[in-house]
Amino acid sequence: MTGYLIRRLWHALLVVFGVTIVVFIMLHLLPGGPARAILGVRATPAAIAAFDHANGYDRPLFAQYGFWVGHLATGQLGYSYKLNQSVAALIADRLPKTVLLVGLANLFALVFAVPLGLLQARRRNSALDYSVTGIAFVFYSMPLFWLSLLLVIVFSIDVRWFPPEAPQGNLAQVLTAPGGLVLPVAALTLITIALFSRYMRSSAIDSLTQDYIRTAQAKGLGDAKLLRRHVLRNSLLPTITLIGLTLPVVVSGALLVESVFNFPGMGLLFWNAAQAQDYAVLLACTVVVGVATAIGSLLADLLYMVVDPRIRTA
Amino acid sequence: MADPTQAAAPGLAAPVVPAAAGAGEPGGARRFASVAAVFFENRLAIIGLVVVVAMFAFCFLGPLFYHTDQVHTDLNQVTLPPGTGHPLGTDDTGYDELGRLMAGGQTSLTVGLAAAIIATFFGGIWGAVSGYAGGIVDSVMMRVVDVLLSIPTLFLLLFMAAIFRPSRPMLIILIAGVSWLITSRLVRSETLTLKVREYVQAARVMGGSSRYNLFRHVLPNAIGTIAVNVTFQVADAILLLAAMSYLGLGVPPPQTDWGGMLSQGVDYIFAGYWWLIYPPGLAIVVTVVAFNFIGDALRDSLESRLQVNQ
Repeated sequence: MTGYLIRRLWHALLVVFGVTIVVFIMLHLLPGGPARAILGVRATPAAIAAFDHANGYDRPLFAQYGFWVGHLATGQLGYSYKLNQSVAALIADRLPKTVLLVGLANLFALVFAVPLGLLQARRRNSALDYSVTGIAFVFYSMPLFWLSLLLVIVFSIDVRWFPPEAPQGNLAQVLTAPGGLVLPVAALTLITIALFSRYMRSSAIDSLTQDYIRTAQAKGLGDAKLLRRHVLRNSLLPTITLIGLTLPVVVSGALLVESVFNFPGMGLLFWNAAQAQDYAVLLACTVVVGVATAIGSLLADLLYMVVDPRIRTA
Repeated sequence: MADPTQAAAPGLAAPVVPAAAGAGEPGGARRFASVAAVFFENRLAIIGLVVVVAMFAFCFLGPLFYHTDQVHTDLNQVTLPPGTGHPLGTDDTGYDELGRLMAGGQTSLTVGLAAAIIATFFGGIWGAVSGYAGGIVDSVMMRVVDVLLSIPTLFLLLFMAAIFRPSRPMLIILIAGVSWLITSRLVRSETLTLKVREYVQAARVMGGSSRYNLFRHVLPNAIGTIAVNVTFQVADAILLLAAMSYLGLGVPPPQTDWGGMLSQGVDYIFAGYWWLIYPPGLAIVVTVVAFNFIGDALRDSLESRLQVNQ
């Protein structure tokens, strides 16, 4: 177990290091160099020199990287002149809300996809199995923003059940208006279920063919109990890894959902920054989202380790 | 000791090489026939293929029969509901919506196809080199993939689109640039199983260079995985382009794609202009589902080919 743990942590560390390298390269791809891109085209040479000196861009490349990572590590993520706020404050406000959105979507996706997969595996090649597969296929092939729009058309225009816009404000304010969370979370959950369900189905089919299932059936265990006690537990495990693997896809989806519902999270911040070419925000958000995703995947794998005795005791 | 081995190596390898070379053409044809047979047994695959061909015909041949002006705006004709002269109505700048679907489809399909082919080509080579080289080269190359995969695709794409002005060729490169990662993982694992096969070992013992082995023996045998991958990639690339256009970083006007049409339609969602929202959305879903059907069937047919051979 320690060996696995160390390998997994080392891998996560490498990925985080790699993310900083990628963003550092992007920093140098910025049109006109970082100073001109962040200060604007009309910045005076003196202002640019001062900016370069303050951020270490007048040093050799290696020193620049060290300086930059040092800044990142101490939470100095730059300043957005377009929003007139420090990027760290912006991200501190936005990140928890995106974590909430992605977390809820993953949670609900599990709650629905797992029983659905079990049911499909149990009734394999039935009309039910085919129709669930077909529906999942359509959701999987649907642009997420279009799905979100359809939800708005149906649930906030045709029947006025839920507002078309997500609640604004900080995390606490968002949580006090759960009605506005329903549609964004539903859109992201539906796509995530489509991502999970095929995997869940085949994982449950695998479990169903195991010897211990036959043994349990032979000793007369009822169907419901069999599924709950034996199949569910054993097919849940790989699903936890699946969360880690699909996390980047779901976070990408969150960006689209946030842009449709005006949900004040990282994705919306990033999208607005991309439109306004606010590079300070883009750079910092890419690092934070990349690192957060790597940590999320790590947590999923650690959870897997805790839950699966085969790895825990190995 | 050295003599018998040297004598044995060509002796062992000699029958292998002509056999492999001789079996290449007819075996390939037979294999293709059996793959095709399984593929065409799959009803969904045929539906997928028909839909894709029809979609291409609609977008590329359609404008030859159905002439519309997709360059000049006409503010006397904005947001007309479907009716005579405009079977699907007009959008908010007076473009005929049906003609726009064709023009937008051309962008979606060409960008999707081109990005998928470039991504699969590059990812295939990256994965094959990584898997074949092994050791430190493999670890470094795969860590690069891990890193890029851990930054969510859309964030990477939006960032690049904010730096480089999006145009059709630029979008192809950007989308290919974030799509090759999964391909490279798939081809790498395929390469790992292929490189230990006897015929690859034999070719190596006979002094075939790494590049020769890679391009002559490993990659051609991974072609099944690659072909399946490219169809899924087209589907994903069309969705990615739609997302980019929806976010306002797609092709510049007056060009458009299905996602761009949707993003225009969104402004009129409360006005009830359904003809601006359903047709482009359905076009995306139908096309993407069709490509996924084809990919699924291809994968199945290649698998059952393996079962028959064993």
